[in-house]
Amino acid sequence: MEGVYAFCVGVMTACGIFLTLRGRTFPVVVGLTLLSYAVNLFLFASGRLKLEAAAVLGMSDSYGDPLPQALVLTAIVIGFAMTAFAVILAMRARADLGNDHVDGRIPKTPVEQRQKSGGQR
Amino acid sequence: MNTLLCIPLLVLIGTIVPLCSARYSRTACAFLTAAMPALALFLVLELAPAILGGERFTTSIPWVPSIGLELAFRLDGLALLFSFLILGIGLLIILYARYYLSEKDNIGKFFSYLILFMFAMLGVVMSDNLIQIWVFWELTSISSFLLISFWGHKSDARKGARMALTITGAGGLFLLAGLLILGNVVGSFDLQTVLDSGDMIRAHALYPVIVVLILIGAFTKSAQFPFHFWLPNAMAAPTPVSAYLHSATMVKAGIFLMARFYPSLAGTELWFLIVSLTGLATFLLGGYLALFQHDLKGLLANSTISHLGLITLLLGMGSDLALVAAIFHIINHATFKASLFMAAGIIDHESGSRDMRQLNGLWKYMPYTATLAMVAASAMAGVPLLNGFLSKEMFFTETLHQGSLGSLSWMVPVLATLGGVLSVAYSTRFIHDVFFNGEPINLPKTPHEPPRYMRVPVEVLVALCLLVGILPSLIVGDLLYSASFAALNSPVPDYSLSIWHGFNLPLLMSFIAFFGGLLVYYNRQHLYKFQAQFPSNDPKLVFERSIQALVTWCKWFIGVFENGSLQRYTYFVLSFAIIVSAYPLLDLDTTAGQRPEIPLDALSITGAVLLTIGSLATVVWHRRRMVALLTLSVVGLIVSLAFAKFSAPDLALTQLSVEVVTIILLMLALFFLPQKTPKESSPRRVVRDLGISAMIGGIIGTVIYAIMTRPLDTISTFFTENSKTGGGGTNVVNVILVDFRGFDTLGEITVLGIAALGIFKLISRMRLYMPSSDDGGRPWSSDRHPLMLSVVSQSLLPLALLVSAYIFLRGHNMPGGGFIAGLITSVAIIQQYVAHGVDWIKDRLKLDYQIMIGSGIGIAALTGLGSWFFGESFLTSWFDYFYLPVIGKFELASAMLFDLGVFLTVVGATMLILANLGQLTTSERPVHEEDA
Repeated sequence: MEGVYAFCVGVMTACGIFLTLRGRTFPVVVGLTLLSYAVNLFLFASGRLKLEAAAVLGMSDSYGDPLPQALVLTAIVIGFAMTAFAVILAMRARADLGNDHVDGRIPKTPVEQRQKSGGQR
Repeated sequence: MNTLLCIPLLVLIGTIVPLCSARYSRTACAFLTAAMPALALFLVLELAPAILGGERFTTSIPWVPSIGLELAFRLDGLALLFSFLILGIGLLIILYARYYLSEKDNIGKFFSYLILFMFAMLGVVMSDNLIQIWVFWELTSISSFLLISFWGHKSDARKGARMALTITGAGGLFLLAGLLILGNVVGSFDLQTVLDSGDMIRAHALYPVIVVLILIGAFTKSAQFPFHFWLPNAMAAPTPVSAYLHSATMVKAGIFLMARFYPSLAGTELWFLIVSLTGLATFLLGGYLALFQHDLKGLLANSTISHLGLITLLLGMGSDLALVAAIFHIINHATFKASLFMAAGIIDHESGSRDMRQLNGLWKYMPYTATLAMVAASAMAGVPLLNGFLSKEMFFTETLHQGSLGSLSWMVPVLATLGGVLSVAYSTRFIHDVFFNGEPINLPKTPHEPPRYMRVPVEVLVALCLLVGILPSLIVGDLLYSASFAALNSPVPDYSLSIWHGFNLPLLMSFIAFFGGLLVYYNRQHLYKFQAQFPSNDPKLVFERSIQALVTWCKWFIGVFENGSLQRYTYFVLSFAIIVSAYPLLDLDTTAGQRPEIPLDALSITGAVLLTIGSLATVVWHRRRMVALLTLSVVGLIVSLAFAKFSAPDLALTQLSVEVVTIILLMLALFFLPQKTPKESSPRRVVRDLGISAMIGGIIGTVIYAIMTRPLDTISTFFTENSKTGGGGTNVVNVILVDFRGFDTLGEITVLGIAALGIFKLISRMRLYMPSSDDGGRPWSSDRHPLMLSVVSQSLLPLALLVSAYIFLRGHNMPGGGFIAGLITSVAIIQQYVAHGVDWIKDRLKLDYQIMIGSGIGIAALTGLGSWFFGESFLTSWFDYFYLPVIGKFELASAMLFDLGVFLTVVGATMLILANLGQLTTSERPVHEEDA
């Protein structure tokens, strides 16, 4: 089970990283979301995997490690706030700059494109 | 309050006085400004008799004792001597500046800077702590910068100020490094401890590093070769500043530092070589350069460099008598050089020029000033019966007695005599060129005597030159003795302060220097011709050029590393992460540990396959953004199921509700963003990125596998054991959140609130156009609120709220709690927004989400503060059990109140984000009604 779990975390990390390396805002935000899933699973697993062992007293014989769970719980909520901030920033950037590039390129505005093609004609 | 603390404090208060009194007449302002330093001087005088009797006053207020930070002052002989110079000459300068500055100058500002400098300088000499010395040291650099650039409309003032700050400030950083190492070696930042452990420091391996670092600091400040060039350029400052900072006090700070640390650092071959050779080079270079200056102040500045070199040379000789001579020369140089600068300022002020090629024959126009200046210049040249003669005589004696250069030691007295020759030559030039040598040429003004009181400071200082020169032991004997005693930190050897020591070698050297100097001056035209062959090399231009080169280089560097491409930054960071994280893994022998694995089951495999497919599909289809979003949500769902599977019900619930909110958020955002990502990455880039992500994925997978298969030594047993007895709850995760680690949670909900407010502000001025159709050109449906959905969701709302309340209440004992309940409530409200639209909700639900966030954080914080009323520390929880008929036994806990705060913040933050974003898609868009 641990091997499969580790494989899944690895795949999610790789996919998340690949998407954060794209040149537009939206794939980056999606990549960050995917990455934060992976990070949460990673942190959670540092308390080791246990079945039928919820950290509620009196419900089971042994208990899972509650500390990573508490950390991950807040991480999930903060992660949401971060994703929201990133995506709103992306929208704001598009509103103010007129494009959704994060690769440092400044695309030509439609007016400039028209002027260029007009010059060729 | 003790007197010692009052001295710097009074001066500090004095910095405000001129600003407040500048609106009265300039005389009133000057007098009021002088009041505080005068009071401080009075206090110093009061303590002086005891110090001259061998006492030492110290006081300290601890601040962070564990790392040696304190406010500590001391007043011993050396500090007393410098305090006299700083406060005494400072008062004379205030009087002088009153007449020097014109009506146009902002006299309040000037005096304020001047007193600030006085405070800083007093702090340097009176500090009893290494770090504190450095703080005041840098403050002198800054106040000096402000004073040099006082006439900020002049380009050379700005450039000179910048150069001085760069050199002395950079030197200050070296000094800081040196002092920190010194403090660590000694184990204390207390000055006296450092002074007492000289032998230990000299034997330490880090001694050379300390010496070099501290000396760089001292040399930059005291304009020693090769850092001397900033001083002539600082002459763009008003003359009172030059007289005060750049001759009498600030440039002596480096000298002071060397004298201060003399007991701890001096006495080795290394010290001798660096200090004495630097001093000698500076002594000769300054004298030589002074001879060729045409600017009056330039001559004085270079002669100051030369004299500072002389003092440094004395400090480097390593004999105690040389130190006495050095301190004596500090006093003498301060008196004659300050008076010379003031005289130069008078000449400049009354004739309109400082160029010695124009200034000639001023004797006829200002005989009184000329006499004063000539006496001071003679002191500088070392003419008998003046103070300069005495210290120069001591200097010559010491050069004869040292022998540290081995068989080359004879060179030192010869070169010292050469320096003396140069000194006489430029002093003669100052006297002869300015006051005699024909008639003035094209002066802007007809020169005349200055106002009566402008001359007073010069008179006082010149009188001192004479008095010290004629009656040395009576005037400065005690002061010199106690200063030397303090600097040596050991008994002072015998020395004689008389004007006549009989016919001996030093007298012969003085004699040679005097007549040699006159001879050099007489033949000056040959020297000028010789000097004219060299290409002129202005250090200012060289400095500016190197600054420009640095700026260009930095621009290039930033251009390469910060080109605006997020991809590049991420690439750098990730590559670094690969190196850092992969390296330790090489040492791990096996990936799998000893811990037995949980056997696989079909359900888990199905989940893993779905998760992998979902992740890969998100990547493959990432250019079709809506599809990618859907596959992403599959991944999120499987993650929450994984939490449920592996015994984390709280996490599963949180993940599930966050998933819903996130996907709604991203869909809303996607409405305003392009629906598709164009294909832009080159194949090479794709391969590179695939490589990086595969590497990191592999590393992360390996790490987590290695962790999971190794046994865990957890600290959580404490939480499990104390959850019920200490926190009153059986759900350990929740108890950790609201009780054990409640302070963390308080911080986290604060971050959440801040993020939501930030998003709110980002949204509120956003100007986005409303897409009327989707990517395929199909217009968006106008039927926004389907009937079925609105009816069903309306009836679901109370149910959802009930579930939320249930989850909240049971949170302490069963899976649930404020975070989850908050998210469920948010989802329920969002559903109403989706089903009915913003307009409909606005009429019915009057909630201000910002107030909700505020009150949430407020309740949580107040719950924490509440424990103070019971004499407990912040966020201590309380709980008890009660009985009520019908309901039965129930528990009340302060943690529930805290959880309520968490609940409110989560609801407020989530809704503030989503409701405002959703609003953008409707006619409620805040276009004109921006209130920010």
